[in-house]
Amino acid sequence: MTDTLKDAFFLLGTMDGRLLEIVGLSLRVSLTALLIGALLGLPLGAWLAVAKFPGRGAIIVALNALMGLPSVVVGVLVYLALSRSGPLGSYGLLFSPTAMIIAQSMLVVPLIAAVSRQIVEDAWKEYAPEFSVIGIGRPQAVVLLLADCRFSLSVATLAGLGRAMSEVGAVMIVGGNIDGYTRVMTTAIALETAKGDLALSIALGIVLMTVILTLNVAAYHLRCWAARRYG
Amino acid sequence: MFPLKLSGLRFVPDGRAVLDGVDLELSGEGISVILGPNGAGKTLLLRLLASLLPADGGTIIWGDSAQPSGRLAMVFQQPMLLRMSVFTNVEFALRPQAMSAAERRLRTAEVLERVGLAHRAKDCARLLSGGERQRLALARSWAMRPRLLLLDEPTASLDPSATEAVERIIREIRTEGAKVLMTTHNLGQATRLADDIIFLADGRVQEHVPAQRFFAHPQSPAARAFLQGELPWRIAFER
Repeated sequence: MTDTLKDAFFLLGTMDGRLLEIVGLSLRVSLTALLIGALLGLPLGAWLAVAKFPGRGAIIVALNALMGLPSVVVGVLVYLALSRSGPLGSYGLLFSPTAMIIAQSMLVVPLIAAVSRQIVEDAWKEYAPEFSVIGIGRPQAVVLLLADCRFSLSVATLAGLGRAMSEVGAVMIVGGNIDGYTRVMTTAIALETAKGDLALSIALGIVLMTVILTLNVAAYHLRCWAARRYG
Repeated sequence: MFPLKLSGLRFVPDGRAVLDGVDLELSGEGISVILGPNGAGKTLLLRLLASLLPADGGTIIWGDSAQPSGRLAMVFQQPMLLRMSVFTNVEFALRPQAMSAAERRLRTAEVLERVGLAHRAKDCARLLSGGERQRLALARSWAMRPRLLLLDEPTASLDPSATEAVERIIREIRTEGAKVLMTTHNLGQATRLADDIIFLADGRVQEHVPAQRFFAHPQSPAARAFLQGELPWRIAFER
């Protein structure tokens, strides 16, 4: 065990090329999925928070349920859509980083939308009377509320990144875990552990934990700073 | 927009009549102060006028129209402030109006100057003191150049100097031609500001008279008891 840990830290200390490649791809895929998730999820959540239409409650329940969507289910759905016989098969995206981004985006969008809906709706309840008297319409309210809740929403967004980075099932199915092409930290950890190469698994696990911990520390300090600066 | 006529206005949430046939006529000038015990429906009346709640009966006629023809603004007891600068908290309220960005900035700077907050324009609004927050809320409404300004206890929980500053701004807004309709529990403030008093109790307007007459010779037993600091339950007990 001690030797394995030594090897893991050796890989980290020497900035092993294979390890860096896996970490780099993981960050690229997850950050792109997060960007898509934020661009779609934040406005969707804010719109749901202020909109009034029949069936809104059902959509909110469905969105909340989708937060717990098993990643393997998403993986299978994306696989079916991107496979040769699927509706998007002609694009040849299966077993590519793009397929992994699509799958992770599908996991991240409902999470960010559901959390941001709750955050924005709480603010909307407080602001709605004044917005109404001023004459602020709902589309304008969405923009103002997103800006007003930006610090709380940043935490929702980071939760989305956590979901994307720690996910293994979907990217394994649609990416294929191809060495040097679609192998990311989580799929590499699963594979290397199965092969018995625990040093690389542990090194990747340390990187993964460090990234997630760093993001959460940053989110915590952002919230503290925002509370001091903006009340 | 004026005279503003309320006829038989009712609000009956869960079968309990909070407003039970309010009849009232307001001219377009001066400051009208609504007085009454807690739960009399003062805030509710303002919210009905601002169309924030639907009435359960009765009519509101603005001049000769069912809708107000002039602009209406309202300052709430706890004003909503965005987590943005003092300047933006005024400027955003002008966005629904047909104004250029330059005009909005100019008017915002002008009202902030007039309420004494120009030096804090770049500060975050949520870090202001209670009195400054209320002045900011007044500045926001003032910038909208309303024809009718509704104020819901604008100086509740403010210290005397902050109250004085807010009262000065209210007088200035009135001088510029806006009709002010406000609620307060502060009888001293009502004496200082009001041109006329609307006394609300038991879901109805008990008196609507010039302020001096109200304080010198209240006509209704409820108003007399209110001015003497009587509690409603004590009145009921003595009956």
